[in-house]
Amino acid sequence: MAEQTTKMATRKSSSAKKAARPVVMTDLTGQTLVTLRTLNEKNPASLATYEKLGGYAQLKRLVTEKIKAPEIINQVKVSNLRGRGGAGFPTGLKWSFMPRYYDGTKYLVCNTDEGEPGTFKDRDIIRYNPHQLIEGMAIAAYTLGARVGYNYIHGEIWQDYEIFEAALAEAREAGYLGENLFGSNFSFDLYAVHGYGAYICGEETALIESIEGKKGQPRFKPPFPASYGVFGKPTNVNNTESYASIPWIMQHGGQAFADLGVPNSGGSKLFSVSGHVEKPGNYEIRMGTPFKELLEMAGGIWKGRQLKAVIPGGPSTAVMPARAIENATMDYDGLSKAGSSLGAGSMIVMDDTTCMVKTLKRLSYFFYEESCGQCTPCREGTGWVYRIIERIVDGKGKMEDLDLLTDLSNNISGRTICALGDAAATPVLSFIKHFRPEFEYYIQHGKSMVDGK
Amino acid sequence: MLNIEIDGKPLEVEHGSTIIDAADAAGIAIPRFCYHKKLSVAANCRMCLVQVEKFNKPLPACATPVADGMKIYTRSKAAVEAQQSVMEFLLINHPLDCPICDQGGECDLQDIAVAYGASGSRYTEEKRVVFNKNIGPLVSTDMTRCIQCTRCVRFLKEVGGMQELGMVGRGEHAEITAYVDQSVNSELSGNIIDLCPVGALTSKPFRYSARSWELTRRSSIAPHDGLGSHIEVHVKDHKVMRVLPREKESINECWLSDRDRFSYEGLNSPDRLKVPMIKHNGQWQETDWKTALEFAAGQLKDITKQYGGDALGVLVSPNSTMEEGYLIKQLSEGLGCGNVDYRLRQTDFRLDGKRTGTPWMGCNIQEIEELDRILLIGSNIRNEHPLLAQRIRKAVANGAELCIVSPLDNDPLMDVAHKVIVRPNDMVNVLGQILKAMSGLQKLSLCLPPTLNTLLEEIKVRPNTQKIAECLAGISEELILIAPKVGIFLGNMALSDPRFTEMYSMAEAIGGITGAKGGILPPAANSTGMHLMGVMPSATGMHARAMIEVPRKAYLLLNIEPELDCQHAALATDAMAKAECVIALTAYKSAALENADILLPIAPFTETSGTFMSMEGRVQSFQAVTRPLGECRPAWKVLRVLANTLGLNGFDYNSSEEVKNKIFHGEKPSALVWRSLNNNLKELVEIQINIKKEGLQRIGEVPQYESDPIVRRSPPLQKTKYNIRPMARMHADQLTELGLQDGDLVVAYQDKGSALLKVRLDNHVAKGCVRVAAAHPLTAGLGDLMGDITIEKASTEHAALYEKQLTEMA
Ligand SMILES: Cc1cc2nc3c(=O)[nH]c(=O)nc-3n(C[C@H](O)[C@H](O)[C@H](O)COP(=O)(O)O)c2cc1C
Ligand code: SF4
Ligand code: SF4
Ligand code: FES
Repeated sequence: MAEQTTKMATRKSSSAKKAARPVVMTDLTGQTLVTLRTLNEKNPASLATYEKLGGYAQLKRLVTEKIKAPEIINQVKVSNLRGRGGAGFPTGLKWSFMPRYYDGTKYLVCNTDEGEPGTFKDRDIIRYNPHQLIEGMAIAAYTLGARVGYNYIHGEIWQDYEIFEAALAEAREAGYLGENLFGSNFSFDLYAVHGYGAYICGEETALIESIEGKKGQPRFKPPFPASYGVFGKPTNVNNTESYASIPWIMQHGGQAFADLGVPNSGGSKLFSVSGHVEKPGNYEIRMGTPFKELLEMAGGIWKGRQLKAVIPGGPSTAVMPARAIENATMDYDGLSKAGSSLGAGSMIVMDDTTCMVKTLKRLSYFFYEESCGQCTPCREGTGWVYRIIERIVDGKGKMEDLDLLTDLSNNISGRTICALGDAAATPVLSFIKHFRPEFEYYIQHGKSMVDGK
Repeated sequence: MLNIEIDGKPLEVEHGSTIIDAADAAGIAIPRFCYHKKLSVAANCRMCLVQVEKFNKPLPACATPVADGMKIYTRSKAAVEAQQSVMEFLLINHPLDCPICDQGGECDLQDIAVAYGASGSRYTEEKRVVFNKNIGPLVSTDMTRCIQCTRCVRFLKEVGGMQELGMVGRGEHAEITAYVDQSVNSELSGNIIDLCPVGALTSKPFRYSARSWELTRRSSIAPHDGLGSHIEVHVKDHKVMRVLPREKESINECWLSDRDRFSYEGLNSPDRLKVPMIKHNGQWQETDWKTALEFAAGQLKDITKQYGGDALGVLVSPNSTMEEGYLIKQLSEGLGCGNVDYRLRQTDFRLDGKRTGTPWMGCNIQEIEELDRILLIGSNIRNEHPLLAQRIRKAVANGAELCIVSPLDNDPLMDVAHKVIVRPNDMVNVLGQILKAMSGLQKLSLCLPPTLNTLLEEIKVRPNTQKIAECLAGISEELILIAPKVGIFLGNMALSDPRFTEMYSMAEAIGGITGAKGGILPPAANSTGMHLMGVMPSATGMHARAMIEVPRKAYLLLNIEPELDCQHAALATDAMAKAECVIALTAYKSAALENADILLPIAPFTETSGTFMSMEGRVQSFQAVTRPLGECRPAWKVLRVLANTLGLNGFDYNSSEEVKNKIFHGEKPSALVWRSLNNNLKELVEIQINIKKEGLQRIGEVPQYESDPIVRRSPPLQKTKYNIRPMARMHADQLTELGLQDGDLVVAYQDKGSALLKVRLDNHVAKGCVRVAAAHPLTAGLGDLMGDITIEKASTEHAALYEKQLTEMA
């Protein structure tokens, strides 16, 4: 029952996502697109389109010319590509962790489970440019010696899942997937796995459990997937956008990708802009682009209102008041210097009519409902935190609650099996830190300082 | 070895150990809930968080491997803060009503909360409530108390072999539950009670009957299978309140089978015989010990004088102690009687006189884990020795390959590499095939008796038997093992089979080629001990089967219910009915003893002292944990006084220890055991390989909760699903052949007896067989456990009779 209500609740939020029709564009200078390069074509998702733009040429070249794995990994390292799933771990380095010689099947997994509120970029990759992801994964499989791959797709996106399945069929048919590709001894089978919509299944080890047919619950790490992944075998897990960047890097070289961005943040990046902007959607821009520029692309704050706050990388990243983000640049170092982080690039923009107490209530409810329940601090703590905030919104808050909330969040953070615990603590800590007076007002008056309700 | 430091204490620890291992070894206490040394690491409770130098967040000690030079702080500010915060989280949704919780006083949460918890709670919101689940007659649930540590889940999956519990729902809604409408059916289920760190899982029979601090804890040995598990008996007001495992790594580890844990409820049964009784003119009358013993002695004297010592039959339970076995053997000899036996469920005694020693399991229990290949012959191992099955499961998890030759295809809850499921009659042939394939593989010319060689020539090796041979030889699909460690064991069905001699000889020959360890799996607590005591017929005496086949004038029964404990129920009943005098030393007054004439109340294992010798030859003595009920007396005392009354010499023992000293001549028991245990035969026996092909065969298994008088009287065990009424279970093909359907009523005939049974479709039964459970009043009219049987559709009169039987039994 509980599972079902959760699914329905999130279903609603997914249709809300749909309302925010993604406007996908390049940056203001018209820079070449990386992960969505088929976008301006007529049938963007088709194999013909992708091949026309040079698709699968890199895979063919690497395989037929027998390019050595260390050489490929080196290019990925040079590219400064960092994992686009949220943690920003350097992809080249991650690839070098896969055991080179292994007596048995190695696996490749793509994480298209994006379930965090405000995150909708990977969905557009499989919808508009699925072949680039397939090529990226095939190149990774060739490099890492993986025989079998899975793309785990979020349970609530049906059409996109079907588009991806169709692309897989096309690729198999065309000989880009399967046995002895291009007459070599490289074989790679890729399958799509449709999840059930739990946010926790985006955590890589929960995702692996789910692929294995079990309940999606994170595993304790170490061992990491590189040594103990799908079915206990060495497995490389990357985000959709990470893999989809690979063919571009192979075509133009690691340095060219690095040069698209700034030091420490190579390439371009998809930002999912949502909230109080005129043109919400996905924007693929160079790393290091100023926030202001991105906001302008998204049409600026809607209804002529003022910017109040931004969650720059998804709810698991700290909220930033307008003054903190206004002069920041959109890259790993830029946002971390400004007091938050890039996360998955899911920028939620809030105007001056937003009540931060109620917003936090909604975010805390999300983590409370999505906790897998495995470890004590997250299972017990997220419920406690949510109930306190709910009580505050109901007008029954106490002043001590604010310190208690901070204390509890600190007690969850860093003490759990997976990062969902930290993710749940971050909004609470950052909302109270930056907007404490609003919370105090709410507790004293039993109503919001912003909307008076 | 790695050098680490915990709380400033330098330690040397083994590579690969975790922080908690290292701390435990050094006696440094780290609080924990989910961690258990015998289970996989879940690291979910987070109670064991400790501070580790160079890490910016606390790490779980149970899941963090030590590294050289690691500095760990378990009591630093950071560590204690982390531990306290976890404790706070654990308690917010916990009921905190320890005074009404059955776990109170022995609860990890309570204990650790005292050390790490705050005195008050900051939690003022509503608490979670979780509905209880009914998971069967043994384990009670109080799910609101659950802290989601998943120890129970991991135990059933990893040790029990089947995931019968799991966590459904997410986050705060996560609940531990069984499959929809299912109970937990593992024969090891009681262990989850011990594992549960809180009062979420408690013992249903024990619940609310006593507080842990009111109980006196006494050590004893479990009396229902051949393992000799160590137990702790908890007693209040001279009554056994519950039984828990006592940790013994080499035997039961920290586990206990449900049979050993819950049988104690049978000790307090209303059936208990509290005073001696004598039957006068068909009426039972209570009497005093003196009268009873004098009457019994008089009867024994008269009958042996009149008809000779030979007219007496002495049947002894293999669950009785060595001391009792020794004394009853002496007493029989004193009466000139050579008809003594403890092998009540055996039918083939052709090996008597051919053995060089006492048969045993041929290795240590712990060694099972190290085997590479295991061949089980005629054993439903989970039914016979639940904890041995668990050891084999561990071996299989470590990569051992298990092969099975049996008439039953019961799921052992572990991977089976190869199996051959055939009629008992064909098992000998299958073993012959393995032997032949084996000799082919090894290119050996076998030193077998000529007839066997000729017989083997005729045998055709089938592909699946060839596979077993290859497996035992070390050849498998993935790799070749040079000189694998092989274990070959014969179980209860083989031991009861009329062709046990053939099976044993074949197993020995196969074992000879593979260099295997192994032997028989003695079924009862003291089977090996009874053999060592020589509780067997003299050279001219009769064995257990002959004693009931050719009725005796008198019987002396020790601790048995003849129709339920003997190989051939009908013959046993008949023999008792015909005898002039039956003297039963028994703890129970039972319907099965209606034909007795004198009942002498003896103390069950909890009320007496004595010694058992286990399947691995371990001699273990125990003391009484309570005083005898009513007028009950330890059987060794009764036998001593009976012998004295008979005027026999040499029975002046003042304690069971004196008897034990006599048995072992004051030596260390191991010396005698070492000299005596031996599975070899003096000579190979002539054997037959191809036996009658036609006709149905009975598989008369003894269900585990019917195995002896105590378990038969334990209400909670009787309520489990294992205790379903005997039925005629057959393979689908067999049913078609007989024109029968699941649910039909049939009459099963064996020899002159019969039983009315419902038919049950059971594809785990080999074709050509009918599985009909033994040791049950419904099948007391039947014959050999493993013998010929015929099945006929029942008439309408039969149906009425069946209904009547059922009402009577209820
Ligand atoms: C609660 C939680 C949810 C996550 N959800 C996603 C997700 O939806 N998509 C994703 O790519 N990574 C997600 N991650 C991160 C993954 O665990 C993993 O780091 C990532 O897939 C690795 O790919 P990358 O290195 O290419 O980023 C999540 C992590 C956590 C803790
Ligand atoms: S932190 Fe939360 S989501 Fe992650 S494992 Fe623990 S309970 Fe599950
Ligand atoms: S029932 Fe007990 S053992 Fe099982 S998860 Fe809950 S607390 Fe742990
Ligand atoms: S004991 Fe280590 S996390 Fe539970």
